Amino acid sequence: MTQAADEAEPARALHRPRAAAADRRHGRRTSFLGVRRQTLVGWLFVMPALGFYAVFVLQPMLLTVQYSLYRWDGVGPATWVGLSNYVTVLSEPKLVETLFNAFRLVLFFSLAPVALGLVTASVIYRVAAGRLGEVSRTVLFLPQVIPLVAAGIIWGRLLSLSGLINQALTAIGLGDITRAWLGDFDTALPAVGLIGIWVLLGFCTVLLLTGMSKIDSALYESARLDGAGWFQEFRAITVPSLRYEIGVCVTVTIIAALAAFDIVYVATGGGPGNATAVPGIQIYILAFLERQVGLASALAVVLVILVLLVILPIQRLSRGDDQ
Amino acid sequence: MRVARRELYAGRAFLAVLVAITILPFLSIFTTALYPSGTVPVGLSWPADPQWGNFLEAFQVANMRALLASSVFIVLAVVPLSLVISTMAGFAIGLLRIPGARFLLLLFIFGLTLPFEGIITPLYFLARQMGILNTRLAIVLPLIGLFMPFAVFWMRAHFANMPSEISEAARVDGASTWDLFWRIHVPLARAPIASLGILMAVWAWNQFLLALVLVEDPTQRTMAGALGAFQGHYATDIPLLSAGTVLILLPTLILFIVFQRHVIAALLQGSVKG
Repeated sequence: MTQAADEAEPARALHRPRAAAADRRHGRRTSFLGVRRQTLVGWLFVMPALGFYAVFVLQPMLLTVQYSLYRWDGVGPATWVGLSNYVTVLSEPKLVETLFNAFRLVLFFSLAPVALGLVTASVIYRVAAGRLGEVSRTVLFLPQVIPLVAAGIIWGRLLSLSGLINQALTAIGLGDITRAWLGDFDTALPAVGLIGIWVLLGFCTVLLLTGMSKIDSALYESARLDGAGWFQEFRAITVPSLRYEIGVCVTVTIIAALAAFDIVYVATGGGPGNATAVPGIQIYILAFLERQVGLASALAVVLVILVLLVILPIQRLSRGDDQ
Repeated sequence: MRVARRELYAGRAFLAVLVAITILPFLSIFTTALYPSGTVPVGLSWPADPQWGNFLEAFQVANMRALLASSVFIVLAVVPLSLVISTMAGFAIGLLRIPGARFLLLLFIFGLTLPFEGIITPLYFLARQMGILNTRLAIVLPLIGLFMPFAVFWMRAHFANMPSEISEAARVDGASTWDLFWRIHVPLARAPIASLGILMAVWAWNQFLLALVLVEDPTQRTMAGALGAFQGHYATDIPLLSAGTVLILLPTLILFIVFQRHVIAALLQGSVKG
């Protein structure tokens, strides 16, 4: 960025005499309290966006940090408790489990869609160049545009006792394992994860496919001449060339997993027991149902930090030496 | 690319299965919606006597007309204003490069990864304090703020890549900063502004958490928020709930199919820039 600014300087210098004349005409060199008018105007351009951002995002973020240091029921007086809310978040089994659940969801929301997306994209790229590819792209993308709440309701039905999943299992002779998938302690979290795969697969596939179409096909031709098979091509050419797109997919899907709320709220509400409780759900329950605003805020701060800690290295890896 | 026949068939079969898995859930919810109200239909099956009236009933009990009006209001209140102020900010940071631009950019980038849950609790108390709790403003105002990191980042990326000759020429002709912005750069930025508008409209329409926490009355909520409330009321009446879900999905699906190229392109660019 700074480099670009420096490069622009010569051009500006070239026009300086005339530009200066124009500046004088418009009084742009005049200053207000020592600030150049141009700077002032520039900041005025930023103010509305910055104002909304400061009032409705930065201020609440600071308030979350502040609340997290108190015990408060949201109505009465608040008591200063220092870091004890954080100690609770990181030691109470119920709350620690929500953090673990978030990472378990990452396997489903992130790892599975990215891996499956890579396979699907390369299949579309290789065997479905025309109309078929276009149709499957559109269809696979559908779950991405509907509200997550709707995805939760639809899958709540599919995974219920009388749902399509059990119907299909019975039809192929697996009637013994049918159950209410979202109500079973062992299967609830993977079942929620399945919903995440359904929602995010299309997004990853289409994004990776866009990246693939930019790969120079000569690379594949020469690999083919060297006798490389499908998997070798995939590993040596496709995946390395898509490093950036894979990074984007991983980033978006990990945020979707760690900050999951809508799907879980609708499909299980965090249950059964604590089996699918993720930080977002727990923050909502603590703050608005159990009135433990301080504890909810401490968990919120932990969640924000966690997301940053996971995302920053990925960003560095995938952009890495490009910049 | 030459592909063996066997791979061709295997690949196409794989795609067909995936497409079916994606579509079946929609079909299942649709057929479920046609069963008599109050029954518990089996997965995917066509009812003996389809109850098309369920859709009418769901339309009335969910108060769809009010829901649609509310969601449209929220989108119209959020999107145009967000577009204007984020374009202005992106212009100042990316093109004017005002002193402090780098700091501002970092400040906005911090908000890119911020989960909404991180600030929802204070937002509740803030809205209560401002007296806008349970009004659409409680969704609209925070949503504009929450869109700013991405929107400013997006518009900055566009303006930072504009060749400086355009601005220099305009300056020489004596254009003021506002002229430069409004007459020259906004018309050139039409494409990224349109994509950003589509993105923010979809996100606003689908916004759930803010609606759930800040607004109790479903008819003052977004479409997604209203669906959440509808599920709460009719969780036991599966066909009616399904009919309501189909109705709430319909506008999104129709718009997506009509504008699919633009929507897909916008969502992809959005993630790549973000």
